[in-house]
Amino acid sequence: MTELADHVAAIGRPIKRKEDARLLTGKTQWTDNIQLPGALHMAILRSPMGHAKITKLDVSGALKYPGVEAAYSATELGDLNGSVPCVWPVTDDMVAPDFPALAKGEVRHMGDCVALVLAHTAAQAADALEGIVVEYATLPAVIDMEAAIADGSPLVHSDKGTNKCYTYHLQPQGDSAYAEAKAKADVVVKRRFINQRLIPAFMEPRAVVAAPMGTSGELTIWSATQVPHVLRVLLTLVTGVPENKLRVVAPDVGGGFGGKLQCYREEILCVALANKLGRPIKWTETRSEDMVATHHGRDQIQDIEIAATKDGKLLGLKVDLIANMGAYLQIITPGIPLLGMFMYPGIYKMDAYDFTCIGVFTNTTPTDAYRGAGRPESTYAIERIMDELANEIGMEPMELRKKNWIKHEEFPYTTVAGLTYDSGNYEAATEKALALFKYDELRKEQEKRRASGDKVQLGIGISTFTEMCGLAPSRTLGALKYVAGGWEHCTIRVLPTGKVELVTGTSPHGQGHETAWSQIASDTLGIPVDDIEVIHGDTRTSPYGMDTYGSRSLAVGGQAILRAGEKVVEKARLIAAHQLECSPADLEFDHGTFRVKGDPSKEKAIQAVAFEAFTAHDLPDGLEPTLQAESTVDPQDFSYPHGTHLCAMEVDTETGKSVMRSYVCVDDIGIQINPLIVEGQVHGGLAQGIAQALYEGAVYDSDGQLLTASFADYLVPGAPDLPSFTTDHTVTPSTTNPLGTKGVGEAGAIASTPAVINAIVDALRPFGVNDMPMPAHPMTVWRTLNAARQGGK
Amino acid sequence: MTKVSITVDGVLHESEVEPRTLLVHYLREQIGKVGTVVGCDTSSCGACTILLDGRSAKSCSVLAVQADGSSVTTIEGLAGEEWHPVQAAFKECHGLQCGYCTPGMVMSAVDLLGENPNPTEAEIREGLEGNLCRCTGYHNIVKSVALAAQNMKGGK
Repeated sequence: MTELADHVAAIGRPIKRKEDARLLTGKTQWTDNIQLPGALHMAILRSPMGHAKITKLDVSGALKYPGVEAAYSATELGDLNGSVPCVWPVTDDMVAPDFPALAKGEVRHMGDCVALVLAHTAAQAADALEGIVVEYATLPAVIDMEAAIADGSPLVHSDKGTNKCYTYHLQPQGDSAYAEAKAKADVVVKRRFINQRLIPAFMEPRAVVAAPMGTSGELTIWSATQVPHVLRVLLTLVTGVPENKLRVVAPDVGGGFGGKLQCYREEILCVALANKLGRPIKWTETRSEDMVATHHGRDQIQDIEIAATKDGKLLGLKVDLIANMGAYLQIITPGIPLLGMFMYPGIYKMDAYDFTCIGVFTNTTPTDAYRGAGRPESTYAIERIMDELANEIGMEPMELRKKNWIKHEEFPYTTVAGLTYDSGNYEAATEKALALFKYDELRKEQEKRRASGDKVQLGIGISTFTEMCGLAPSRTLGALKYVAGGWEHCTIRVLPTGKVELVTGTSPHGQGHETAWSQIASDTLGIPVDDIEVIHGDTRTSPYGMDTYGSRSLAVGGQAILRAGEKVVEKARLIAAHQLECSPADLEFDHGTFRVKGDPSKEKAIQAVAFEAFTAHDLPDGLEPTLQAESTVDPQDFSYPHGTHLCAMEVDTETGKSVMRSYVCVDDIGIQINPLIVEGQVHGGLAQGIAQALYEGAVYDSDGQLLTASFADYLVPGAPDLPSFTTDHTVTPSTTNPLGTKGVGEAGAIASTPAVINAIVDALRPFGVNDMPMPAHPMTVWRTLNAARQGGK
Repeated sequence: MTKVSITVDGVLHESEVEPRTLLVHYLREQIGKVGTVVGCDTSSCGACTILLDGRSAKSCSVLAVQADGSSVTTIEGLAGEEWHPVQAAFKECHGLQCGYCTPGMVMSAVDLLGENPNPTEAEIREGLEGNLCRCTGYHNIVKSVALAAQNMKGGK
């Protein structure tokens, strides 16, 4: 079936996904499916303690178990015990402790790796962990971030003398600007928000297979990763296996959400051991391991202060963050709060901004990117405080937003944080959302329920968000001390028979790149979507790439597809002109066919040109055979999608139970390539953002025990826990890339959390409630309401 | 080791298994049915759902020896000449993204529709409670199951 038979443009069409056939019939290639002859399975003994000295460790007992070939602690592993890299030293004086794959004498979080066993089967390896003798002497753990930076706190890394990782300031208007703005203000509203710790909880557990393969000493690593290209560089740097001998493959990957944007301990161990032993090493985590050993997300204390005039004009914003790094730094742990740093002002105009972040070590699993990575936190804080300010000055919360947001005609607009937003139309998105939501009707119903003292109160929550997508101009990343670039690569080959191989450096794990990238190339080349094969996720077949995270793949990778496609067409034009005996400028190119202007009977299809380029019998002098081109694009700037999200919550004031009555969002992500995929991305993001508001939270006790270390204890919402959503869009093209696209992967997760909490607070405002801790479980809602009723504000 | 006879996707397999072997590990590691996957270790996620003698079961919660003499249908054996209407509806409605929960979700939906051919949205959501998805927010999964129900009427 050719989707483009009618020669309608592929871009913008809700084409059903190419990926689905194998996923729906069980023909998928997950890493754990790979079974290699002679493979040894790795099992890891993990710390059950939050913080302890290892006083005795003897792995020899494990060797007596059936099927066991080897067992290692840090002692036996010696130089092969590589350290997990951090590639974002955010300040020159950042404290960066060593993070060995296997702990050296001390464990610092529950799940820290202590020892490992290699056996013929996974079950044998797991059994043999019982044979390892290990004794711990408990050390005082520190879990609370403020306690960690107080004098006399136990230290996570005693050799560092502090639990403070770094302090980062951003004061674009100078160090006194906020104080001056505040002095002019009639109203200053201050709040402390706790953006709780979350667990990514992708459905496919992490898995790694590392094997000596091929004939040239090459080591192949299959990993359930979002970042095969980044991973290859880092594994080379950590293990010393030369990059040209290392092939990293991300086969089908079952979700990531930032959690698979990493260079993990287990990946390092598998590579080091496969290289040492010369045989395949395989490891697949259990879900219980995942919950303690895959990095976590969020976990910030946000002190935010906003200064305004009494009629609601914003003057300044001050943000003081404490961000939990966990026990160690992973790939971009310290940078996550800084990705949010630029976005606290949101869509609003003001005169002064003052940001400080303190990164803190605690005896917890390291944090890192989780869907939105810094931007959900900033959006939560600004959208929550806008509602609190509105309440303080007695203004309708949407009116306050309208008064302060950047107007459509003011784009491009440089914000108080120093970013230049490319484009936006907050007015249009909001107008559409208000109508779909029936905002005025719901406000009237809310009034009625308030007046009648209904035990179920109705609350309306608003979130008019924007985010920063398209990571990122490499120079900007350099200025922020991030050690990699932000470009993306594409190679397009038109094969002799007219089929296309599109090689991308992005690495999808559920996003549908195979379909969407085909659509872009189809329009550029005039070749049907179904004739285009998208090749990705293997450093041998797609050697250049920066992978998939941060809603970057389309905004950056899409440009590379477009440019590579254009180069192919330009080369094809030279060949076609030569063979049609005209000047290249005399050819027009339409739907895959070159025609001589004024003599349309003289034509040549691009597929035919590809065959001529292959035989090379009759090419213009000096032109190289084959029809292919590549492009590596460094983006000009970020892009800034936005949207208006509205949530109606019914809150039972007797039980604290909240039920989502409706959720409406109108997102503007610029030009959409495939609206079906866009909607799906929005739905999934909403679910994760709503889950932060209502259901999920990783909880530690004071000894560092993770109390939510399984799916039985950590509440990933199920189908009955969520409603159907009403989604719509407006289209304001990005001006920073030629496709006009922005990015959508994280939008729902960024926007929805404050919309939900604002709705619950709005429902309970008459009782004096002016904040709601997350997750807003019924007990939490009930307690907060009761405290407010008993006179606490 | 214990001998078991299990019919999987229409083919009889006579195998020796350790008594502790879970059905899902038997399927994946012994007879190569890797279309069925493992997502957790607390029988919470439902990724491993199969049909055991026609009814949905989490294959991580059944020992292979318990399935002795039974017939198992996995996602790999669901389609005949054509896809099952549930599979077709999942594609039509974009009811999957990464696809890891999909085998279990589809098998649960097949059982759900066998029990209740005409479910409401709430019944679909309740019926899929034992299957977690992290990508779709369930919106399009619910739509897929509703479409499958519609397409199956009068047919299967």
